[in-house]
Amino acid sequence: MNKSMSDRSRLSHWINMVSFALNDITLYLDTHPDDTEALEYFYHYQDIRNQALKEYAICYGPLTLDSDTKRSDWDWALQPFPWEGGHC
Amino acid sequence: MWNYEKRLQHPVNIKNPNPQLASMIISQFGGPDGELGASMRYLSQRYSMPYREVAGLLTDIGTEELAHLEMVSSIVHQLTRNLSIEEIEGTNFEPYYVDHTAGVWPQAAGGTPFTATIFQSKGDPITDMHEDLAAEQKARTTYDNLIRLIKDPDVLDPIRFLRAREIVHYQRFGEGLRLITDKLNSKNFYAVNPAFDTQVKAEK
Repeated sequence: MNKSMSDRSRLSHWINMVSFALNDITLYLDTHPDDTEALEYFYHYQDIRNQALKEYAICYGPLTLDSDTKRSDWDWALQPFPWEGGHC
Repeated sequence: MWNYEKRLQHPVNIKNPNPQLASMIISQFGGPDGELGASMRYLSQRYSMPYREVAGLLTDIGTEELAHLEMVSSIVHQLTRNLSIEEIEGTNFEPYYVDHTAGVWPQAAGGTPFTATIFQSKGDPITDMHEDLAAEQKARTTYDNLIRLIKDPDVLDPIRFLRAREIVHYQRFGEGLRLITDKLNSKNFYAVNPAFDTQVKAEK
């Protein structure tokens, strides 16, 4: 996949944003489990996140074991770890 | 059980090493009000929590704190990689380097190793929530103290993110406490401990 570093950064940033929305609404739902609007918000962003994770896995290697569908290399270990920095 | 995601909750990209600063920031990893303590506190308290909403909250915030200790460790790692011995000598990092080189190990800024004595899991829902409210404020104050010491914007950015999350967690635990007291006898919250006194049927 010939994607530039900035495409990788952009998708990475998108995944962080969408995942954060999910993290935050999860905490709210824990103490407000009956809030239907919040539930809808959760499932809306969950779909978007799963889509983004699949795309990232195909282009750059998986961020989660569940989204590893390429079945070719063990990118899970061989692609950079997040504490290395230098790219998003 | 836990899954791992190969990303930090908020990115850490630090260009300039600074071992002196690292020896301060490490307190938010293994110090008395740091993220490791927070995570272990909440993940330990959840077993005796009889109300599922709050057990869920403890599980989810405890898990987020693991992501936070990973961020703090990444900051410490990026501040201490590729150092020359001259950059280490004379800094507060020098004693740590003797015992750990540039490895990351949970301790406080003052050198006290991480210990479970910094947190409680009291097995009483009201008590545990108060412990958690205090923990979030202590963490927030520690980030305030660090922010006064940090001049590098690459370091300020993830630290400010972490500080903001402490405040949100504080509010969530406040809701957890309210939820618990609503479920208890309004005349006397302390009449029973719903986590222990079996004559009280805990509302799930």
